Amino acid sequence: MTTQMLIAGFGGQGVLFAGKFLAYKALLEDKQLSWLPSYGPEMRGGTANCSVIVSDEPVGSPIVSKPDVLMVMNLPSLDKYEDDVVPGGYIFVDSTLIERKIKRDDVKVFYIPATKLAKDIDAPTLANMIMIGKVIKETGIVPYDNIDKALDKVVSARKANLKEINFKALDTGYNY
Amino acid sequence: MSEKVLMKGNEAIAEAAIRAGCLHYFGYPITPQTELAAYMAKRMPKIGGTFLQAESEIAAINMVYGVSSAGKRVMTSSSSPGVSLKQEGISYIAGADLPALIVNVQRGGPGLGGIQPSQSDYFQATKGGGHGDYHLIVLTPASVQEMADLVSLAFDLADKYRMPAMLLADGTMGQMMEPVELPDEAPNMIEKPWAVTGTQMKREHNIVNSLYLVPEELEKTNNERFERYKYIEENEARYESFMMDDAEICVVAFGIAARVSRNAVVEARKQGIKVGMIRPITVWPFPKKPLAEAADKVKSFISVELSMGQMIEDIKLATSCKKPVDLCYRVGGMIPSPEQVLESIKKAAGGNE
Repeated sequence: MTTQMLIAGFGGQGVLFAGKFLAYKALLEDKQLSWLPSYGPEMRGGTANCSVIVSDEPVGSPIVSKPDVLMVMNLPSLDKYEDDVVPGGYIFVDSTLIERKIKRDDVKVFYIPATKLAKDIDAPTLANMIMIGKVIKETGIVPYDNIDKALDKVVSARKANLKEINFKALDTGYNY
Repeated sequence: MSEKVLMKGNEAIAEAAIRAGCLHYFGYPITPQTELAAYMAKRMPKIGGTFLQAESEIAAINMVYGVSSAGKRVMTSSSSPGVSLKQEGISYIAGADLPALIVNVQRGGPGLGGIQPSQSDYFQATKGGGHGDYHLIVLTPASVQEMADLVSLAFDLADKYRMPAMLLADGTMGQMMEPVELPDEAPNMIEKPWAVTGTQMKREHNIVNSLYLVPEELEKTNNERFERYKYIEENEARYESFMMDDAEICVVAFGIAARVSRNAVVEARKQGIKVGMIRPITVWPFPKKPLAEAADKVKSFISVELSMGQMIEDIKLATSCKKPVDLCYRVGGMIPSPEQVLESIKKAAGGNE
């Protein structure tokens, strides 16, 4: 089984971090994986995305052009990638920031007011992790068990105090 | 081997180089390889090594020339326009028969080009690049694991044959993260009796130089070097063969192009097309033998490249043009999709029926 995921939004929303977190969780599960960021003259407020592939077999191309799972955190990303999702795939939309509904009826869609939920739990920068919690719940791209171990890998020791709030954000999304 | 960690390709190169005993790095920042220099900047001071951001790429490669003369493992890294600037120094290093590692994380060209991935420095890497008759050993990683593994191999080969080696990667390979196991073994350091380390008044002076004003002498050094190259071509070509046993079409691709092509080959097999792939791991020496052998079995070849068609010439030479070679390519920072490669495979399959 292979899941190809595309995570897209504005620079500064933590889309690369969210992908990295998923990649580490996949690594801990002994899965094959790749993580490929967009790179370039990007900055906070510009667009950013990353391709994450989780598989039981060696990963071929690390570039995701037809995602099974699309997670979008701004309107330009939804406009750009909505049509690329494979039929029967998943689209996760941060509905606080994206007001429109998706146009397709052949994919499973989840609207999560992640940016609002993040403010509600006093973690305004962690909408990304709320989205990821929901992605894991609905797609099973990685298991949710021992999810805190993956957080240990991506949250540096210097910022260890942020682990708990990241975990809370994941849980908020998972249980939304 | 240690436990698997996630690393960017650029970081894996840096860590693998340190573990291969390279304690001297000279460079100048350029996208998409800057993480490599950043990693070195962070680590080298902690382990008693040298990280030096030179005033230019030309300065950096000449610092490499100097450290290598003293017999130490040394490297530099850059991306396409920066590697062009280094060519004079690389030619001097080759002319002085010195080992060194040069990393090129390629981006689109020519000129300042773009910053997205490319393989269009193939000619420059494999045919010499600077002035004069010389080659580099050129290794082409296709995964983050290979980014690490080929670094220590590059240092070993460079030391063994006293010539510069190049790791020819691209923006995708540099930026992507994959699980990687870094080597724990102690590096293979060999004696370098030619190094300029001070005579202690106990031996004759060693001279490291690329200047020979007597043409007979210069001719002799060139001939000697090409004897070595001949041996390397016969003994050091590396490649991976994928689904070639009964293949009627042979895809040839390296680096990111091979990763994309692998998807296409797997998909074409599902559709009943007998296709395989030969993935060069060294592009100099080019794996001529497996390609020549394949030319007796397959109907045609497809060269998949992120260039206007550079490796295709080596495929034609290696196979003595026995079978047609198609080209499947994107350039300028674009990457062929697996679907595009699959179309080329289907066209080749259909065209030969």
